[in-house]
Amino acid sequence: MGTSGAFDEIWGFGGPDSPRPEFQALSRWVANTSTEELHQRQQSAEAAFRQLGITFAVYGENDAAERIIPFDIVPRLFLHQEWTSLSEGLVQRVQAINAFLEDIYGERRILAEGLIPPELIFRNDQFRPEVAGIRPPHGIWAHICGIDLVRTGPDQFFVLEDNARTPSGVSYMLENREAMLRLCPELFREFRVAPVDSYPDRLLETMRSVAPGNNPDPMCVVLTPGHFNSAYYEHSFLADSMGIELVEAADLVVDDDIVWVQTVGGRVRVDVIYRRIDDDFLDPLIFRPDSMLGVPGLIAAYRAGNVALINAPGNGIADDKAIYSYMPEIVRFYTGQDAKLPNVETWRCREPQPLKYVLDHLPELVVKLVDGSGGYGMLVGPTASKQEIADFRAALIAEPHRYIAQPTLALSTVPTLVEQGLAPRHVDFRPFVLTGSDGVRVVPGGLTRVALREGSLVVNSSQGGGTKDSFVLLDDRAPTQSQSQRQGL
Amino acid sequence: MLMLSRTASALYWLGRYVERADFIARLVEATIRLDALSARPAGEAAWQSALAVSYTDQAFAATGGNFTQAEVAHFLTLDASHSGSIVRCLELARNNARAVRTALTRDAWTAVNRAWLLFQNRVSTGSATQTLNLVEQVKGETRGFEGSIHRMMRNEATWLIQLGASVERADNTARLVDVKYHLLLPEGERVGGVVDRDQWTTILQTVSAVNAYRWLYKEGLQPSNVINLLVSRVELPRSLAACAEESVGILSQLAKRTGLQGEADRMARARMARMQKTRTSDIIVTGLHEHLTAFIQENAMLDAAISRQFRFI
Amino acid sequence: MRIAIDHHSRYRFSKPQDRIVQMLRLTPGDTRDQTVVNWMVSVDCDARLRDATDGFGNAVTMLYADGPLAAIDVHVTGEVLTTDADGVIHEAAEPLPALLYLRTTARTAPGTDLPGFASDSVSGARDPLDTLHRLNCALHARFPCAPDAPDTGTSAAAAFVAGKATSRDVAQMFIAAARSLQIPARYVSGYRSDSVAQSAPHAWAEAHVYGLGWIGFDPAAGLIPDERYVRVAIGLDAAGAAAIAGTRIGYGLEQLDVDLHVEQMPGDA
Repeated sequence: MGTSGAFDEIWGFGGPDSPRPEFQALSRWVANTSTEELHQRQQSAEAAFRQLGITFAVYGENDAAERIIPFDIVPRLFLHQEWTSLSEGLVQRVQAINAFLEDIYGERRILAEGLIPPELIFRNDQFRPEVAGIRPPHGIWAHICGIDLVRTGPDQFFVLEDNARTPSGVSYMLENREAMLRLCPELFREFRVAPVDSYPDRLLETMRSVAPGNNPDPMCVVLTPGHFNSAYYEHSFLADSMGIELVEAADLVVDDDIVWVQTVGGRVRVDVIYRRIDDDFLDPLIFRPDSMLGVPGLIAAYRAGNVALINAPGNGIADDKAIYSYMPEIVRFYTGQDAKLPNVETWRCREPQPLKYVLDHLPELVVKLVDGSGGYGMLVGPTASKQEIADFRAALIAEPHRYIAQPTLALSTVPTLVEQGLAPRHVDFRPFVLTGSDGVRVVPGGLTRVALREGSLVVNSSQGGGTKDSFVLLDDRAPTQSQSQRQGL
Repeated sequence: MLMLSRTASALYWLGRYVERADFIARLVEATIRLDALSARPAGEAAWQSALAVSYTDQAFAATGGNFTQAEVAHFLTLDASHSGSIVRCLELARNNARAVRTALTRDAWTAVNRAWLLFQNRVSTGSATQTLNLVEQVKGETRGFEGSIHRMMRNEATWLIQLGASVERADNTARLVDVKYHLLLPEGERVGGVVDRDQWTTILQTVSAVNAYRWLYKEGLQPSNVINLLVSRVELPRSLAACAEESVGILSQLAKRTGLQGEADRMARARMARMQKTRTSDIIVTGLHEHLTAFIQENAMLDAAISRQFRFI
Repeated sequence: MRIAIDHHSRYRFSKPQDRIVQMLRLTPGDTRDQTVVNWMVSVDCDARLRDATDGFGNAVTMLYADGPLAAIDVHVTGEVLTTDADGVIHEAAEPLPALLYLRTTARTAPGTDLPGFASDSVSGARDPLDTLHRLNCALHARFPCAPDAPDTGTSAAAAFVAGKATSRDVAQMFIAAARSLQIPARYVSGYRSDSVAQSAPHAWAEAHVYGLGWIGFDPAAGLIPDERYVRVAIGLDAAGAAAIAGTRIGYGLEQLDVDLHVEQMPGDA
């Protein structure tokens, strides 16, 4: 798994001297700006992040563990046409995710059709029987989705993972852009970049659109586990930029199946909660009884239709690893079309034919435990020893239903500032898709994560990953205001 | 929308804890001076009284420590196990500040954060000089915090912090006067003697009132004047009268903005009116200790009324 | 059989509570062999009660009460007509498929010893129904049942090792064992008519047999539930079917006293 041969999104396949024609301006900018200058600007961006407190806290004995995620100054660019087709694919996928959740907690037509084995749903802890039969206000489940994409060539985008629970990282999309505007204003003269700063407004519109009933002025809040949570900065940032209250569980009470927030003047009714608390901790009466972060009675209020929860509890079944390989079928079933954004090819070892293929090709494949996480129980064929492959073969034969396999992908790279200058580094991409009762919106941008170590494919911030700004170029003919595409449900 | 109850509570306690940290810093500073001045073995009594003033005498007794500068100063500054130490107060202040981060200006947050950072990874207070340096730094940061609060928007957030500070300050001053008044003089020392004078000066220093005293009273150091200054003179920001007046003012501003007026306002107004009528000589005649005890109790009741009025959680 | 139920759950607090939110699973539903004639849930203080049906098909009542509350008494009275159906459940609300009841929860994880006991007990069984009967008898023989008592959160694995079990514990062991044999099983909380006062609702289990449906087993008694049993709530484990799940805002300790009378009434169904 190296960098050699990978598609570079700026340089194409030809290297720094022959960039893709559309991006020559970026290459010129890089060539005309000294490495020292780039380093200096990058450091000043990181210093600003630290002062603003855009940190990921790793709480231990002291706050030395409050870290910032490294920021890379060279942006990643999407052409207007690239973005248009990407966002069509994203809209389609998120519509399918919402339809799937509505179905799986309701009629379960897709199971009746035999497209997904029922045990993958019902024996899966991510299916929450506690919320079965509840229809959320306006029938929207996944209001905010983060779809993780990887790219292997000019037109080859793949969905690596769906995030339909509480995807994070959108504050980086916004803060990275702020930093770029401040530090590299000349780039925005060179390229017409679609703005992302409307995201908080779009998010608030989305929240307001799903308020129960027809309240013209619904009370919306962001619910955080508290300031010790590692993503607290993002929670307060979002509440602040939407101009709504950031609340903790202790601020909320449920009475008579209605949620209230406690103010100095008494209780005020709450209609929409963007909760950044996991399902398990939402309501101690329904989920984990030891949860101190939850609000007793919250699910009763939700069941009674008196509050919208963003995202809906139980969404984990839609972004589960075991379900992922069925996403092409899910998209086709609910939208009547083939998926515009393909999955990474996945062999389900529970089925005999794929199992045979996987066993024959172990040295080339990545094999994953369906219910494993954090890289535990994973075989990376190309780098594994003979013994490891033999052990995995035995495990696969014993319990094939617990595994899936995927090819090792040559992830695309983007030029990234390293000590000696620019070098290609692997990236992935998380765009954010909003779904309200008035349609699906994709804000033109997202979070690009970059693996800063040479050859590494691991973009996680905990393992040396960084972030980049992601420019979506505007169509030269379109007016600048077209900040988001909107499409009906 | 009106402010969240939790936010209100966090702001109020932020004000209280920063004020308490500042007071303990001053107390340690003044006690080091009193200790140093005493050629006689008065030091032990000085440190004992510092503990009594800060409500930590029992907690300290539980540690089995000696009443020496090294041990008591360490206990009052660096010992995070009790809420009477500077480090613990700053930690609690910072937690409250973090929880309401968006209601504070960057300056206000930074001041609290910097004060808290002074204590990270510090295990020993070191010599008296080093201790004085540390408390000097704490005072610098708390002054910075107070300044930043004055520069914040004139709104509920600012007033709640100031209200907390005012209630805390009233309690601190009352404790200080009460304990020092009953601090026994070492055997052979007479009232009005050197040690007695040092003790009264220490009180004035703790509340930054040495110069104010000189301006207001021409006849030299007299206990009755010190009591008059600390109890009744509204010119001195840390006097009980000034705190009582300040609480009334802040509460009425809060009432104007939020429409919330109630028990706390009535209590604060009644207290101020009564204090305006009380003469220092009457207090001394009827008993200073009784007077101060009643004041401390009343102040605690005001605190409870404030929590009810603003529905603290 | 006509069964009358009179069930008090009295919570007393050492310090007054500011607020109480409880979820009550205290209302039985109708099946072919169980008809609720009348039923009432009431509390002895000002409270808001809201009825709903949960994801498992149970009737639940949310209870919201503001303090100061030194005590609260949740009182259930009602009458139910029952007939014996050899333990088979007909026409109950079944919103979820039987497959779901194969999943394990923290309280029904079998631990190390229980699966061996289960497979030993059922070796030679002719079919799933026979397997379940053998398991029911084996558990009854091994665990002379302790009187029902308020839930302390014991898991099936822990109770199996401890060797002492209430009806709740034995039901959870039955469930854990059945699931380890790949048979869907679930927890039932309800009432069983008895001449003496009881200190907690009774608990048993149901297992799903293909072609027959859900069948009740009372491993505490080594019997199949008959017309003396009133099914109230089902769940994946004891926590999921608990009669009262509650949270309170306030300091101090709480004490629960249960006064429960389940009596057979004169007159036939």
